[in-house]
Amino acid sequence: MSVEQGLFYFLAAFSVALALIVVLAQNIVRAAVALIFSFCGLAGLYILLDAEFLAAVQVLIYVGGITILLLFAILLTSRIAGKGVRVLNEQKVVSGIVAVVLMVLLGLAATRGFEAPAELPKQPENTPRIGTLLMTTYALPFEAVSILLLAGMVGAIFLARKEEK
Amino acid sequence: MVPLSHYLVLSAILFGIGLFGALSRRHAISILMAIEVMFNAVNLSFIAFSRYLPQSQMQGHVFAVFVIAVAAAEAAIGLAIVLGLYRNFKTVNVDEINLMKW
Repeated sequence: MSVEQGLFYFLAAFSVALALIVVLAQNIVRAAVALIFSFCGLAGLYILLDAEFLAAVQVLIYVGGITILLLFAILLTSRIAGKGVRVLNEQKVVSGIVAVVLMVLLGLAATRGFEAPAELPKQPENTPRIGTLLMTTYALPFEAVSILLLAGMVGAIFLARKEEK
Repeated sequence: MVPLSHYLVLSAILFGIGLFGALSRRHAISILMAIEVMFNAVNLSFIAFSRYLPQSQMQGHVFAVFVIAVAAAEAAIGLAIVLGLYRNFKTVNVDEINLMKW
């Protein structure tokens, strides 16, 4: 087993284990912290896939932004779940079955459905290439996303503001 | 070299875990976290395809950038909605928020 394979299996097991903690943890703060580390594991996998730019974006936005936002929201709203608080609702069995069936189907499609290329194709230098694509082919979606983010920002401020009497 | 199918199976596993969480957690913020796990699973398969398929010109990376941007907007608005829910209902458990009945 090469170093790359070893790293892949380690990071994969790490991410999956932490994702399970996110979904099953009794304490929601613990779940949020597990989410941070799960994102870090995925950033490692992105580096294995030669996507350094996205690994950096993942760490900056998910780890540094979204999970911190989630933690703030948790601390602002909930009584942190102690012992005996139900964290799963009554449809947990059905949703577990649905999730496992979907997992198996997707896994079968992934292992049987694709002619796996024998060797890795050469990939262009990724950060400049992404920049070029965003400014040429994908300029319109890029602008649309900027409008979406603006609308989201204004909407979030409006929704979260206290109503004035 | 790790074969493409391994990445896709990992992505499927993460997506299934996220789906289970989104369907069965009670806390609204837990549901948001499970959805983030699902977003990440999808991103992983985008990037894996972009790396392994010979006709790829890194469109997968661009798509992943867009997914991350939309996920950020979704998280911000979702959390604002959670704050509003908490202010009105004094709870964030989605199965207790049953204003509309059927």
